[in-house]
Amino acid sequence: MNQNRNLFFGLIMVGFSAATALLSVLWTPYDPLEINPDVSLAKPSWSHLLGTDVLGRDVLSNLLVGSRTTLIAAFLVVIITMALGVTAGISTALLPKRVGRAAIYAIDIVLALPAVLFAIVLAAIYGPSTFTAVIAIGVATSAAVAQVTRREVTVILNSDYVVAARACNSSKTRIVLRHILPNIRASLFVQASGAAAIAILAESTLSYLGLGTTPPAPSWGRMLASSQQYLIIDPIVALWPGLAIIVTVLGFNLLGDGLRESLDPTLRKSRS
Amino acid sequence: MFFLLRTLPGDLASLKLGVDANPEALMQVRQEFGLDQSLVAQYIEWFSDAARGDLGVSMLTGADISQEILNKATVTLPLIGLASVLAILFAVPLGMYSALNFRNRRGIGVSAASQLGIAIPTFWVGVILITIFAVKFQILPSGGFPDEGWSSWANCLESLILPSTTLALGQGAILMRFARSATIDVIQQDFFRTARSTGLSRGQAIRIHGIRNAIVPVISVLGVQIATLIVGAIIVESVFSLPGIGQMLLQDVGIRDYTKVQGTVAATTAAVFFVSFLIDAIIALINPKARTSQ
Repeated sequence: MNQNRNLFFGLIMVGFSAATALLSVLWTPYDPLEINPDVSLAKPSWSHLLGTDVLGRDVLSNLLVGSRTTLIAAFLVVIITMALGVTAGISTALLPKRVGRAAIYAIDIVLALPAVLFAIVLAAIYGPSTFTAVIAIGVATSAAVAQVTRREVTVILNSDYVVAARACNSSKTRIVLRHILPNIRASLFVQASGAAAIAILAESTLSYLGLGTTPPAPSWGRMLASSQQYLIIDPIVALWPGLAIIVTVLGFNLLGDGLRESLDPTLRKSRS
Repeated sequence: MFFLLRTLPGDLASLKLGVDANPEALMQVRQEFGLDQSLVAQYIEWFSDAARGDLGVSMLTGADISQEILNKATVTLPLIGLASVLAILFAVPLGMYSALNFRNRRGIGVSAASQLGIAIPTFWVGVILITIFAVKFQILPSGGFPDEGWSSWANCLESLILPSTTLALGQGAILMRFARSATIDVIQQDFFRTARSTGLSRGQAIRIHGIRNAIVPVISVLGVQIATLIVGAIIVESVFSLPGIGQMLLQDVGIRDYTKVQGTVAATTAAVFFVSFLIDAIIALINPKARTSQ
């Protein structure tokens, strides 16, 4: 029951965010960049459902377009993270012991380097953009994926069926494709979901610090940063982007937990 | 990191002096910063200086980088320390509570709250806390730090309350999950059942056997989390405009002071390694199993 609940709510929240992102491609109530000083900091009303910001831009329209920016960035991060992490994880497990150990140290070093710090360095060199943020977050989170993948692959490599496959003269490529990948598939889905959650938090943080998505493209992090200056006049504007981030991140976290529990039968028993 | 910072387009010397600087002055600056030597030679020199605690001078202001980092650390270190203590203080009891009640609604409620806490972005918590305590009730400052530093320590503490709470909430939510699963582990162990069968109540057994066993994973997670804690400090300093290392780093990135960014990042990374080493040592002290297994 518990695992279905996690999966269920996770799917609803992620689906909701994805739906708003799709909707923003087709329709937004106003042009998100349209400046209208007459309605600066308007309260929520029927014409502006969530009110307007200090420049009179419609908050709802900006939120919708922001969810597109966020989800695209998260998607790219997940692709980079999984591609790098899984490749590194499998190859360090397969490499001869000494080479593999050197590679593990390299992974440990990347693991100690936080994504946001890495992104700050990249932004210092190439100037801040969604692109530098995505690369930095992707590379930094891939180390954790590599570590988990390596651990699982090592277990599988010692199992009887891989030894049997070796005895039948299967090539390494065949062992990876036929025996390893199908066996770690479940864990890969879980990690991808977790990476998406981390990516969304990190991207919005970087945008908040002015090191991610650059103006005028709407992003949740920057909406929060600009609303902070008008907290005294209108605190409610700061509420919406925060809620949007929470719903999406929580959704991906729950989705990951739910997937883990429903795909891994051993967890179901031990967790009670 | 060093080479990454050197691959950037443009000449560091002309960045310092402006595009229309005369060639002799440019040469002089290049010599002064050793830019006319090979990359590897520059790296070796920088690294051997850095290992001795000398991170060089800022490219743009000429200020001593190690000294500036130490100055700013008087804000950042208390912030991180206070936040860690707060995080442990609320995470361990709540995590144990949720573990002891993991079958009923209150326990599930507490662990759902920690799920939520992980998903909430740090800077948003900061903004909300400012709205409530600084804007609405006006009992705490919304940001900033006393200019005179720790000589007026009461003011300093006051201006660190909201920032460290912000940082602690996010950290605590993560720690709580580990405290919870560690406690669930302990109460299913044989030694715990034995302790109960000797007549100890559940509370007594938890006090004697539970806390010591549950705190080890929490501290080791704190060691892994030290990197996120530092990033969190950068964010929190920016939200509350505290003049700490994080804010300095962001400003230097803005004005592209490469030698200083490089020095600060190197010092931070070194601090992360040092703390995780320290945490390993602490765990060996608390947990005899970690000692014998090595």
